[in-house]
Amino acid sequence: MGGAARLSLDKLTRRFQDKLAVDSLSLEIASGELVALMGASGSGKTTTLRMVAGYEPPDSGKVWLEGKDITARAPRVRGFGMVFQHYALFPHMTVGQNVAFGLEARGVSKSVRSARAAEALANVGLGGAAPRAIQSLSGGEQQRVALARALVIEPPVLLLDEPLSNLDPNLRRSTRDELRATLRRLGLTALFVTHDQEDAFAVADRVALMENGRLLQVGAPEELHDNPVSRSVAEFIGRATFVPGEFDGAKVTVHVAGAATTFAAHASASLNGVRDVLAVLRPDALAFVKDGTGWAGIVTDRRFAGTQLVYRVRVDESTEVELQSTDRDVREGDKVSVRVVREPVSVVAS
Amino acid sequence: MKIKADQRLSWALAIPVLALLLWSVVYPNITTVVGSFAHGLGYWREFANSPSDREALWTTLVISVGSVIGAAAVGLPLAFVLSRVEFRGRRFLQGVATLPAALPPLVGVIAFLFLYGESGVVTRAVQRVLHLSDPPWRLTGIWAIIFVHAYTMYVYVFLFVSAGLERLDSSLDEAAAGLGASTTFRLRKVTLPLVTPALAGSMLLVFMSALGSFSAPYIFGGGLRVLSTQIVASKLNGAMGMVYVETTVMALAAVSALFLLRWFERRRSYALTGKGSSTRITLRGPIARLAPLIAVAFVFVLVLPHAMILLVAFARDGAWTTQVLPPEYTLDNFKRLATDPQLWLPVRNSISMALLATVANIVVCFVAAYLLVRRRFAARGALQLLVVLPWAIPATAIAIGLASTFDRNAPSQLRLLLVGTFWILPLAYFVRGIPLVTSAVESSLRQMDPSLEDAARGLGASWWLTMRRVVIPAARPGLAAGATLAAITAVGEFVASIVLYTHANRPISMEILAQLRNLSFGTAAAYSVLLIILVLLISVAARLLGGRPERVETIPTA
Repeated sequence: MGGAARLSLDKLTRRFQDKLAVDSLSLEIASGELVALMGASGSGKTTTLRMVAGYEPPDSGKVWLEGKDITARAPRVRGFGMVFQHYALFPHMTVGQNVAFGLEARGVSKSVRSARAAEALANVGLGGAAPRAIQSLSGGEQQRVALARALVIEPPVLLLDEPLSNLDPNLRRSTRDELRATLRRLGLTALFVTHDQEDAFAVADRVALMENGRLLQVGAPEELHDNPVSRSVAEFIGRATFVPGEFDGAKVTVHVAGAATTFAAHASASLNGVRDVLAVLRPDALAFVKDGTGWAGIVTDRRFAGTQLVYRVRVDESTEVELQSTDRDVREGDKVSVRVVREPVSVVAS
Repeated sequence: MKIKADQRLSWALAIPVLALLLWSVVYPNITTVVGSFAHGLGYWREFANSPSDREALWTTLVISVGSVIGAAAVGLPLAFVLSRVEFRGRRFLQGVATLPAALPPLVGVIAFLFLYGESGVVTRAVQRVLHLSDPPWRLTGIWAIIFVHAYTMYVYVFLFVSAGLERLDSSLDEAAAGLGASTTFRLRKVTLPLVTPALAGSMLLVFMSALGSFSAPYIFGGGLRVLSTQIVASKLNGAMGMVYVETTVMALAAVSALFLLRWFERRRSYALTGKGSSTRITLRGPIARLAPLIAVAFVFVLVLPHAMILLVAFARDGAWTTQVLPPEYTLDNFKRLATDPQLWLPVRNSISMALLATVANIVVCFVAAYLLVRRRFAARGALQLLVVLPWAIPATAIAIGLASTFDRNAPSQLRLLLVGTFWILPLAYFVRGIPLVTSAVESSLRQMDPSLEDAARGLGASWWLTMRRVVIPAARPGLAAGATLAAITAVGEFVASIVLYTHANRPISMEILAQLRNLSFGTAAAYSVLLIILVLLISVAARLLGGRPERVETIPTA
């Protein structure tokens, strides 16, 4: 077990009373990789992170760090600096004392630890903040102090529990970019928990999507978006219209707007030999066409979403598709035609 | 217009309440202070030159500091163990640990006498087992008083520190562990500093209580002089000038402690921001099997005073001489209380006086709390101070103030002759109840969403309908909890009563003392049991009336 992976979770399982919080979860994280553990609240992601950090003992399964079994080690021996959702900064210490705490616990001399704390603070853009009181910091600054406090002990893997969820939207975007830049620049390995796909996509190299204690899919953000392995994944990530279709192993045929249309299909191996499937039509894979070749329909809803517009078009009695367009001239009630402009189309089990 | 009408309403409520508090709380204390300067600095010089007064002041301080150390030594470790270690019976123990505070002050002291006094059960048992010719200890002097204080007052430290630990964000401890800190390092650098404000606050509270404590020094003091007993002795000797100086000194010390306490409470704010889910260590191995045994032993020690009172209440008066336990048991003590009108009178007195005081407390303190929480007006700060003052000022000092103010009929000076009448004790009980009821109601009202009142007004409800249907229901749990505390304090009140009582309105506590002096231990204990039953009945009644029980922010001083 272990191999090239820095951190590896091996069939971790944790039960709370009668609820299975984490169900035989396995995941490998390579050195220098940023992995997001994503899922709705209650999906078991925080419990998984806490088992990695050692705060929660698994009922079964193991945690491996660089080929060593660390399942039985106490949190303080593991030495993963963790960034907590509410930061958990010590309110009775200054910024500098907070950041130097891990070094103090290791018996590092005062002069060395204040130099290294200052360096860690500079790394997160808070140079000179050491003498400040925790209460005087803004939310974004607190988040960065928590990060510096974890970074200073040079953890083998940095763990972050919803590090961005307490920030307002604008600050959140900029902090997210800084976080990724800092983690990249320092070449860190990190596992972080989030319920927000924008956070996950912006920071992580790979995303592990969880539901009910199980991993649904692990992959690069584009992979999850373009090739979801199940309806749950497709629903959790982005928006989609699901249209029933017949799958022959390479192509999918859907019956929409009174006609049969066939697309090149992408499916996970589990759909081998399955005929009845759902085609996943993403709003960005659909477009209006003027030449009348597509599905005819009526615009039922028009919504401005920043740089683009999102339209809903009813193409037959039972199907309403959502599409994204930069075309601003289409109105509710207009007769339009739409077609799929990006293939292959993902198919998932119905 | 609206704002002006609002302000008018605030003042219409505030003026009567402020006037009543100025008259019943401030005026008597000013009388005391003024009285101490009746001969210029003469009484103060006499106080400074009197060896017995200097001794009393010094002894009081030593006892207070000793009580603080003793209470912290018991309460702090107990709070840590009971909130951080998980074992069977932990929650039960948390409840039992507050028992000593539930004993009326004089009753607790008597229980100690029966247990650890020269002829007490524990003392005699130890003497018998070790075959000693003399009792192994004498429960008198400074050490005895500190022992009794630590036994009863550790509850403040326990409650404050437990609450502080409960509210501590467990992720702070986890963060420290994740950064590599060992258990002791975390305790020293994270947990202890964060509960220090709570600990300091509770220690000041113990200091204030010990400073004004009367029952323990009175019963166990022997020849020892402390300020509270010195005041009562000076009053008996008719040396009123000295009474005033001694009372002023004691009250000043207590009020200074109060201001220190408030300062600490403001500093405490940062520690309360956590989610409050604390992680507990689960015991394993032999310690886990031992823990329940230790817990049982601990419960036994804590329940002993209650058990002792109950036992002696059934002992035949006069039969208990040199045996370890009373040899003969009977129901006579209770039968006499129920049948002899002279013995029943104190019970009736205590109930009616406590009832009067509590009803007055409910009305006045509700208005005061409503003003403090929901209204902005110029005298708010003054009102805030007035309602906490009787909490800090020792009961002896309150009683001396009332005794020297309401000793004559002088309507032009706003003085009424109350001393020697039935009314002086209910008034004293009322004053002592003010901080208890007000702070309980305040904490209830603070939990009410402020926009509820505005919403009701916005829907067209009159001010009075809003009060009746929205504000008073929201205040009900606090009213019930506060009234319980006030009634319990009043029904067992001893310290102010001993200064102010007359034969006709003597309360239960004075009768207990009289029976004790007669060496009628059984009768004294029977009264004590009755008192404990009254306390229980009041608690149950309040819970039925007030709905859900609620954590109250004020702890009464003994």
